[in-house]
Amino acid sequence: MEFILQPWAWYVSGPLISLSMFLMFYFGKRLGISSNLETICAVSGAGKFVDYFKFDWRKNKWNLAFMFGLIIGGFLSSNYLIVNEKVGISQETITDLEKLGFDKAGESYVPSELFAVENLTVKSISILLIAGFLVGFGARYAGGCTSGHAIVGLSMLELPSLISVIGFFIGGLVMTWVIYPLIF
Amino acid sequence: MKFLKFLIVGVFFGIILSKSEAISWYRIYEMFKFQSFHMYGIIGSAVVVGIIFVQVIKRFNVKNYKGNAIEFIPKKSGKYRNIIGGIIFGLGWSLAGSCPGPFFILLGKGALPIVIVILGAVIGAFTYHATKNKIPH
Repeated sequence: MEFILQPWAWYVSGPLISLSMFLMFYFGKRLGISSNLETICAVSGAGKFVDYFKFDWRKNKWNLAFMFGLIIGGFLSSNYLIVNEKVGISQETITDLEKLGFDKAGESYVPSELFAVENLTVKSISILLIAGFLVGFGARYAGGCTSGHAIVGLSMLELPSLISVIGFFIGGLVMTWVIYPLIF
Repeated sequence: MKFLKFLIVGVFFGIILSKSEAISWYRIYEMFKFQSFHMYGIIGSAVVVGIIFVQVIKRFNVKNYKGNAIEFIPKKSGKYRNIIGGIIFGLGWSLAGSCPGPFFILLGKGALPIVIVILGAVIGAFTYHATKNKIPH
């Protein structure tokens, strides 16, 4: 139990992620989370506006079940499996974030400046909404996200996934190194 | 009941990404600053072991739970969609400090403002399909 309650090392977590991918293949499906965003659109009646969303979303119920599993997994971890919320980030990262105005970096999983309900401002709500928009638009444009392309696509040695992952990093580096200092 | 197995794999996946701190906004920032090996280790080892899993399935003809061959269906590709879509995704990945899987895991964790990110992502997916005929693939 002691092992479970400690933060898990990368060499434990990475192979367990591959095991999840294998289980999904074994159950006849390809692991991928961002397609649920389209299913949510279809369930919400987006088919009235864009024909694409007229597809029968019921065929994606298996992936919605996976998605609900993620929510449950987050709840269980947070309530029963994590004793100390401190994230083991490097001292350099903490210093860099202090310069950007993020206090107490690494004291919890997410910064209270962006993710505490009582601290929400027009600016932080805009940042969260725009960030989500870019993720949703980009993932469906590229045909997948970190799970579908970086984990499954690369495991299958697919070139389009490698190109997508290179894109993920170009975008991420530009945001972190160039745009962060302008907005924070 | 036939969806229970997917729910269970989802719970398992949610626990792994929580316990490895991969759902932490700080870990994503740190990764893009190249200040720790942690996230590269997670993604890298997942891919290396994943390649082995796929090769083992292919070489030993591993069957799925129904006894049928496991199919590896490639995603749609194009000259532009992967790189441009990828860059747009990456901008959002860094700005949100998380990607679609962690969105839902953080929701379960109770970080409620993630609902705004999820809403943005759903609008983003909708906008992609509303405009896809006008953008290069």
